Amino acid sequence: MEFKDYYQVMGVARDATEAQIKQAYRRLARKYHPDVSKEKDAEARFKELGEAYEVLKSPEKRAAYDQLGKGPRPGESFQPPPDWGAGFEWSGAGPGAGRSGGGADYSEFFDSLFGAAGRGRGPLDGGHPGAGQDHHARVMLDLEATLSGGSRTFTLRMPALDADGRLVERDRVLSVKIPKGILPGQTIRLAGQGATEGVVADAKAGDLYIEVDFQPHPLYRIEGRDLYVDLPVAPWEAALGAAVKTPTPGGTVDLKVPANSHAGTTLRLKGRGIPATPPGDLYVVLQVALPPALDDKARAAYRAFADALPFNPRSRLGV
Amino acid sequence: MNSAEENSLIGEIVDDHTLLTVEELCRLCAVDRTYIVQLVEEGVLSVTEIQATEWRFAGATLRRARTALRLQRDLEINLPGVALALELLEQLEGLRRQLNSERP
Repeated sequence: MEFKDYYQVMGVARDATEAQIKQAYRRLARKYHPDVSKEKDAEARFKELGEAYEVLKSPEKRAAYDQLGKGPRPGESFQPPPDWGAGFEWSGAGPGAGRSGGGADYSEFFDSLFGAAGRGRGPLDGGHPGAGQDHHARVMLDLEATLSGGSRTFTLRMPALDADGRLVERDRVLSVKIPKGILPGQTIRLAGQGATEGVVADAKAGDLYIEVDFQPHPLYRIEGRDLYVDLPVAPWEAALGAAVKTPTPGGTVDLKVPANSHAGTTLRLKGRGIPATPPGDLYVVLQVALPPALDDKARAAYRAFADALPFNPRSRLGV
Repeated sequence: MNSAEENSLIGEIVDDHTLLTVEELCRLCAVDRTYIVQLVEEGVLSVTEIQATEWRFAGATLRRARTALRLQRDLEINLPGVALALELLEQLEGLRRQLNSERP
């Protein structure tokens, strides 16, 4: 188990006041909140931050944690001392009742010190007594999943009961058939796949709700149900019009480029976006690519071009 | 992995054709009715249609309501603050999209 330096996580000194700790939490929480942040590791950072704050905001937990402070450096192997938790007054039912964050997924280090059981229920994790809990998760999908359907396997952290009847977080591997045409931000409901703990006989099992988002695709930009692709064309194809090949999710098609197109001209291929109901469109955005002038023949061609077409591309700039 | 997990689960999409009642929304967010009413009054959620005096919400409302709850709980901000944050996040998302479609 790795030792975690909660002061380092929150960026505060070991003698920081309660007010300073609260201030640091608020500032970092706004920065790394997964609903707000675009930082890559926001979710992991936010979890770590929540765990650090859970300990440092409580004078009792903080004092107990400080006792370990002269222990190993962060990342080094760590075991709580045998007399851990002795000599402290715990509000609640002892160190094992340490959790108050709603269903937060704390580290093994935290659990070894403050226990995994006795966690309070936050506003998003309550439920009807007796019935199974609904469970919510978020996953990232590849674009291909919504284009052609097919199954994807996810590992979700879900609450479960261990052999002693304590609530623990367990990895659950789920293979889910992705509904064809699902859009970013939509939710998949899996009936009866929620958490199974605490379900009384005959009560309805909870449902699992999976909120989906899409990973960036190398070729297509995803905007709701529509897709965008940049298509390079030669100057003469844009100027004179041409039939050019363009990739679409359903395979290569011939696209008619109208004469006098320019960079940024956008052509719509109706119904070739995400196959939702109604299906999205594919927008092809033209980019004019210039052939390099590397030899005499090419340079002569560009000179002839310049002589034939007096043209000031900067006329709009007044120069 | 047991045999049940080897077979893929088939789910349904909660989309804008799925209309949620206040009770369903309450259960899915684990909040009481008063809270949903507050979110509507603050303009965070909008009612899609009214059936026999009962509110119905489009499926996408679920995500919005849960985001509002997370922001309120994790960042300790009040409802007008949540409403403002959601609006600004939407604007930011729109601007990012615009930037992406203009950049070659």
